[in-house]
Amino acid sequence: MSDNVFMAGYGGQGILLIGNLLACAAILENKNATYFPAYGPEKRGGAATCTVIVSEEEIGSPVIGRPASALLFNQLAIDKYFERIAKGGLCVYNSSLVDQVPRDRSDVEMIRIPANDLAAEAGNARLVNMIMLGAYAGRTGVVSLESLKSGLDSILPERNKRFIPANMQALDRGAAFAVNA
Amino acid sequence: MKKRLFVKGNEAVAMGAIEAGCRYYFGYPITPQNDIPEYMSREMPRVGGCFIQAESEVAAINMVLGAGAAGGRVMTSSSGPGISLKAEGISFMAGSEVPAVIVNIQRPGPGLGGIDVSQADYFQAVKGAGHGGYHLVVLAPHSVQELYDLTMLAFDLADRYRMPALVLGDAMLGQMKEALMPHPYQAPEDLPRKDWAVTGKHGRAKGNAVKSLYLGDGELEAHNWHLHAKYARLRENEVRYEATGLDDAELILTAFGGGARIVKTAIAMARREGLKVGLIRPVTVYPFPAEIYRKATERTPKVLCVELNNGQMVEDVRLSSAPGADVRFYGRPGGTGSLPNPEEIFEQICKHYKD
Repeated sequence: MSDNVFMAGYGGQGILLIGNLLACAAILENKNATYFPAYGPEKRGGAATCTVIVSEEEIGSPVIGRPASALLFNQLAIDKYFERIAKGGLCVYNSSLVDQVPRDRSDVEMIRIPANDLAAEAGNARLVNMIMLGAYAGRTGVVSLESLKSGLDSILPERNKRFIPANMQALDRGAAFAVNA
Repeated sequence: MKKRLFVKGNEAVAMGAIEAGCRYYFGYPITPQNDIPEYMSREMPRVGGCFIQAESEVAAINMVLGAGAAGGRVMTSSSGPGISLKAEGISFMAGSEVPAVIVNIQRPGPGLGGIDVSQADYFQAVKGAGHGGYHLVVLAPHSVQELYDLTMLAFDLADRYRMPALVLGDAMLGQMKEALMPHPYQAPEDLPRKDWAVTGKHGRAKGNAVKSLYLGDGELEAHNWHLHAKYARLRENEVRYEATGLDDAELILTAFGGGARIVKTAIAMARREGLKVGLIRPVTVYPFPAEIYRKATERTPKVLCVELNNGQMVEDVRLSSAPGADVRFYGRPGGTGSLPNPEEIFEQICKHYKD
C-alpha cells in the first residue's frame, strides 16, 4: 500500500518527528519511503511542515503539490493547506485546535480527532503527534502500528527513549479513535 | 537480506566518504550542509581520522590542498557562498593536480541568497569557479543512495585522474531522508600509486614537488596541454547518465540531481495519460554526456530541460543536441516558495508536448 501525506502544524508539536517515524516504519516494512522536511530558520511556535511518501515503487519527487492525505494540527495549517488535498483524499485534523474547517468537501474523507484532549487524557500533552499519527495509520493501514512502534527506538534520541511506552500507547489510542470514528 | 538504513542525504555523503577511506575532513559551517561536518566531527575520531572546523572556508580548502598533496584521501563540503570562497584553492588544486573531494550542497543565490532548494551552482561547478581554465569531475547524485555511492566514486576518480572531484548535491537531497543500502568500499585494483605525493624525501634521490607555478620557457603551456589531455580522457571514459523511455519518446525531458526527482514523478504522470515522454539524466555533469543528447535528438528533436535555476545546464544540452533540435527550458531559481512540484512540471510537459 502506498500514500503520500503532508503534515503541518506549529513547531514544537512534533510534526517532523512523526514524519520521520512514518517513513522509517515504511522502510522497516521493506517499502520505499521519502521524508522531506520544510527546514530553515525554524522555531518553536513557527510553522512546521513535512512530506512523506510511501510506495512499493521507486519514488520520484519527495514533494507533492496535491497530497493524497494530510495531517493538519491547527487552524493555521487547515486554512492554508486544506484546499491542496487531492480529490478522494483523506484529512486527519486536530479538532482541539481547529475551530472551523474552511469548507465542506464531499471529495475528501475527514477524520476529526480532538488530539490535544486525548493526549491530556493519556497523561502527557506532548503526545498529540502520536495520537494523530496513530489515527492516520489506523485508518489507512499504510504502515502497521507495530512497525511504527519498532521505529520509535531508532528515531528517538537516547534521552527520550524513556517515553517510548507512552508514545506506543498514544499511537494505539489514536488508532482506536479513528477506527471507531 | 542486508539491512536498509533510513538516512539523511547529507549523512550519506559523510558515510560514503568514511567508507571510501577518507580520513581528513576540513570545513566551515554553512546551511544546508551542516549535517556533513556534524557527522564527520563525531565519526572521524572513531576511525582514527582528522576533523578540523577551520577558521574560514579559505583556510579549510588550503588544508584540503595540503592533505591531498601529502597523498591523503581528503574532503571538504560547503554550499554556494562557501564554494566561492574556496574557488581559489580549488584552482590551485586543479593546477597542481591534487586529488580531493569537494561537496556542494547547493542553496539559491547569488550572494547569500537563501537556504532553500536550488540548483543555482551548475555553472560554478562545471564551468570553473576559480581562475585559469580548469575542469573538475562533477557528479550529480539524485538520491540518498547515490549521494553515498557517488561520493565513493568521486574519491576514485579524483585519485585516478589526479584532480579534484566535486559532488553537486542540493538542499532537497541533503535534507531529505530515504533508504540507504550501505556496502563495503572496494578500491579499484588499478588505481595509480601516489608516488608523486609530498611525503618527505626518504628513499628517493629527488624530492617530490606539488606546485601550480610554471615560469620556465614553454613549461606552463605544456602543463595546460597535459591537463586538457586529462579532460579529454575523462570525456572518453567517465561519462555516466540515466536514460529511459527514449525509444518511443515524442518529448525528451532532461534534468539532473534533485530536480530530476521531481521530473521523474511528472513523467510518470504524463505516461499514465499516454504521453510519450523520455528522460535523460546526466550523472556526470562534467564530463557532460553529450553523445546521448546528439543521438536522442536525431530521433526526437524536442527537448524540455528542467532545472531549479533560471537556465544553466540547458546551455550544455543545446551544445550537445543534434543540429535543428528544439531545446526548451523550464525552471525556477529557488527561495522560499519557489520549489516546483511534480504537478507543475506535468503541466509544462502537457504544454510543450502539444506545441
